[in-house]
Amino acid sequence: MSGLKRWVLGGWLLVALTGLAAADQKNMMSVTVEQAAVRATPSFLGKIVASLAYGDRVAVVAEKQDWVEVALPQGGDGWLHSSALTTKVVVLQSGQNVSQSASSSEVALAGKGFNEQVETQYQDESHLDYTWVNRMEKIVFSPDVLVKFLAEGGITGDQGGGN
Amino acid sequence: MKPRVFLGLVVSAGLLVTACSSISQIGTSVAVATGQISPGQAAAINQSAQAVQQSFQDFTPEQEYYIGRSVAAVILTKYRPYDDPAATRYINLLGQSLAMASDRPETFRGYHFLILDSDDINALSAPGGFVFVTRGLLRCAKSEDQVAAILCHEITHVVLKHGLQAIKKSRITAALTNAALTGVEVAGPSDVAQLTATFSDSINDITSTMINSGYSREFEVQADRGAVDLMKRVGYDPWALVDVLEVMKLRLKPGGNDFAKTHPDPAFRIEVVEKEIGSAQRSTTVNPERQARYEAAMAGI
Repeated sequence: MSGLKRWVLGGWLLVALTGLAAADQKNMMSVTVEQAAVRATPSFLGKIVASLAYGDRVAVVAEKQDWVEVALPQGGDGWLHSSALTTKVVVLQSGQNVSQSASSSEVALAGKGFNEQVETQYQDESHLDYTWVNRMEKIVFSPDVLVKFLAEGGITGDQGGGN
Repeated sequence: MKPRVFLGLVVSAGLLVTACSSISQIGTSVAVATGQISPGQAAAINQSAQAVQQSFQDFTPEQEYYIGRSVAAVILTKYRPYDDPAATRYINLLGQSLAMASDRPETFRGYHFLILDSDDINALSAPGGFVFVTRGLLRCAKSEDQVAAILCHEITHVVLKHGLQAIKKSRITAALTNAALTGVEVAGPSDVAQLTATFSDSINDITSTMINSGYSREFEVQADRGAVDLMKRVGYDPWALVDVLEVMKLRLKPGGNDFAKTHPDPAFRIEVVEKEIGSAQRSTTVNPERQARYEAAMAGI
């Protein structure tokens, strides 16, 4: 293979790759939970310094075990648990971020799909009762309360563990 | 040159069409071997090709949440809730504490727990973190550690997305293709109708697996192992899971419409759990506060 042909093929591959990974900017991640509390330290007990919404894009500053330090859009930074973040771009229903949705991987995460609109239609058709599902969802304890609950029960971590 | 043209086509197929990472991986490994691309480029191509494969992992957390809500609503047609505020509060304090220490503490709208008013020995967890446990199963427990064991098993099903994996592949393709096609526009009525049909089928896939056929033995083994690990991590005695399984062994009735039908035999599960516990010693002391609050909350169970 001549150098030129190799260059052409290599160039073609790069173009293809760029197309696919258009918005896959290095070290950017998206929030995967409805409301994410950003904390001052890598712990659920860390002080809440900001709140991020589903689909928000943040730049990764550092990582520590299961926690990721991110730069906040309003300046400063804070920590999120890694399970609240994805490397994929979350395309929202309202059409936000759509301009970035060039690649197939992002389209796979498009906000269209099973959403509130679909659930409403499904509720109409199935006549299911969501009263208790809604009630259940409102039962939320803060991490502080949960840690207190464990402490009051004398649960201090890795008691019977030995791993 | 001809083989290289072919190679280019193979790689482009892997890249640009929806499908097959294995083809692109063969393509990229050949391309690396012949010096056409670097190993780094190959890795990137393979990753991209994999990303366009449609699997349960491609459901967004929001979609998982909506699936979970409807699965929960279906579960609540089979069982009625046990409306005891103290017991509900306790099961949520315990369950949410455990979930916070799991490998996936953050789901779209968090973990929530509800007791079902039934003598069946059963527990069910819907995608995203809606966890249900029957009074019949809670009666198999005699301590907080044992209730924690039951909840840790269910939380692990959520962490590992076992519910979503019960959805047939064809539906995932239909749902995500439709999502992709309508992703850049406002969905019209026919899109919603089509998505709702797929949604309904997906809910049926999950609930029929959960309620009738049960997950695979492999998934149950994963849930039991995960439960042991989570209990150790938080500080509950992992032997409590063995204790609950011993009681279940006595109480499960053959032909029962509950764990008897959907879970492996307790004797088999005990073997799995004991192996996972390893050398960890059984806790010999009972914390009086922990036992007192357990008994108070579960008094009506």
